[in-house]
Amino acid sequence: MSLLIGALTIGLILSLLALGMFISFKIYNFADITAEGSITLGASIAAALIVSGMNPLSATLIAMAGGFVAGTLTGIIHTKFNINGLLAGILMMTALYSVNLHIMGKSNLPLMSQQTLISLAGDIGFIPDNDTAVLLVILAFVALTGVALHLFFRTNLGTAMRATGNNPQMIRALGVNTGLMITLGLGMANALIALSGAILAQYQGFADVQMGIGMMVWGLASVIIGEAIIGGGSVGMLIIGSIMGSVIFRLLVAVALRLGMNPNDLKLITALFVFIALVLPYITKKMKKRGVEVK
Amino acid sequence: MIEISNIKKVFNPGTPNEVLALDDVSCTIETGSFVILLGTNGSGKSTLLNAVAGTFFPDSGTIKLNGTDITNMQEHQRAKYIGRVFQNPCSGTAPDMSIAENLALAVRRGAKRGLGAALNRGDMEEFRKKVKSLNMGLEERLANPIGKLSGGQRQALTLLMSTWIKPDLLLLDEHTAALDPKTANKVIQLTESIVNKDKLTTMMVTHSMQQAVNLGDRILMLHNGKIVYDIKGADKRVIKASDLLAMFDDIRKKEQIDPSASDMLRENYI
Ligand SMILES: Nc1ncnc2c1ncn2[C@@H]1O[C@H](COP(=O)(O)OP(=O)(O)OP(=O)(O)O)[C@@H](O)[C@H]1O
Ligand SMILES: [Mg+2]
Repeated sequence: MSLLIGALTIGLILSLLALGMFISFKIYNFADITAEGSITLGASIAAALIVSGMNPLSATLIAMAGGFVAGTLTGIIHTKFNINGLLAGILMMTALYSVNLHIMGKSNLPLMSQQTLISLAGDIGFIPDNDTAVLLVILAFVALTGVALHLFFRTNLGTAMRATGNNPQMIRALGVNTGLMITLGLGMANALIALSGAILAQYQGFADVQMGIGMMVWGLASVIIGEAIIGGGSVGMLIIGSIMGSVIFRLLVAVALRLGMNPNDLKLITALFVFIALVLPYITKKMKKRGVEVK
Repeated sequence: MIEISNIKKVFNPGTPNEVLALDDVSCTIETGSFVILLGTNGSGKSTLLNAVAGTFFPDSGTIKLNGTDITNMQEHQRAKYIGRVFQNPCSGTAPDMSIAENLALAVRRGAKRGLGAALNRGDMEEFRKKVKSLNMGLEERLANPIGKLSGGQRQALTLLMSTWIKPDLLLLDEHTAALDPKTANKVIQLTESIVNKDKLTTMMVTHSMQQAVNLGDRILMLHNGKIVYDIKGADKRVIKASDLLAMFDDIRKKEQIDPSASDMLRENYI
């Protein structure tokens, strides 16, 4: 039971990462590898500030702001200096590795007995079991975030961002600075990803400089699973899908590990999975075409 | 009024693919004038429109719109004054967004975009009314993604979008070229009524002699990045398609004597 609750909780925490990847990958078609640096950035800022005695809420908000800055910088590198998006992300991710080490002062920073958002959530009065309380609080928070994001993408600014990903030529002709929209969007995405890292650090009780490795593909996998379950559709549906995808993916992994999968294979299998999910539409299209030719 | 002065544009300078796309082009277009741009493929029509719209900056020369120098303004900054419809029906709309959302994007052309709801009830009523005036039955499909519509429907909507906020200048680049003749006709009629209603200053590129004869009050014919004919006033009113074809023939004949050959001839005979 507690294993299930644990998997659900981590799935929900990482769904914030999935929502960030949803913004960069689905709204902007931008595979933003800054994620691997910014999830660790969020974790290290939150951990370092909490250890230094700051209250966990402020620490988490500052961690989010850090992610926003990181994403914005990737956006500026990409749009102002015309550097390929993937390369811009790689530059940022690499730079963040050193930044994160500096913030923590070492490669692993444990949170001992400090008060965290997680310990606060666990102490909520009316739910007796700590783990269940944490799960429910995070569920409520993620749901709120999803609703807020959904509403945001229906505002004038949000629709301009979506149009930037959908048809930049058109939206530029309607007076929108597409470079600014991409930069803002990447900032938002990485703020969410850093938030995910900040909460994850508080949940697992430490921040580690390696914790970001493979996280971008993990986020992509969640978004892709979510889209497959929901079957595409509106932004709102895709947001729900990304959250569900993250939780389901975490559950699948927990089950696989339980059944004896070697944890070392986890990232290989995740990568394979995303690869298959990405090429599947292409292959089916090709097969369909061939089918037509045969007729 | 738009004043284009000595605009020059070379693509891929210093490479074997160097193209002189605009060769010192100057012209002044009066407010309310509807100008048709003609010319063979590669003569520089799109490049001229793109230079005015700010897709790229010219190598030299200036562009003024109603007295303001816009030469160094970014494309998205000029969009406040300029409406555009492209040749490709896919270019002017965001395919995955609904008709209503596309219209809402156009309503705020050149305005600040904040955290207000993109779609509000008042707008929707207006969207329905204007879309209904297209007589395409689209007013019932405002919530559908615009990418599912036909090319003609998308061009009609793009035309509506680009003129929703009255532009100081409307740029149409072969906006009916991708449509079947019947649909093209419909979109041309719509263009005429919109341009006439608001007396829009318009530059329209076309390859159709018929459109060139029937529409507008001035024809600019481009060749090799230069304006080679400028037909306006009474001349424009009486011009026939056959006259325009004769001009094209004229250009073609001159073309057969390439520049180096004509230099040689000049040296030998003059
Ligand atoms: N982005 C670009 N890069 C390089 N060359 C270009 C570019 N855009 C246009 N050209 C070249 O500039 C010249 C003028 O092109 P332009 O598109 O303006 O012609 P056009 O008159 O619009 O022709 P068409 O009737 O075929 O649309 C052509 O030789 C073209 O190949
Ligand atoms: Mg052209």
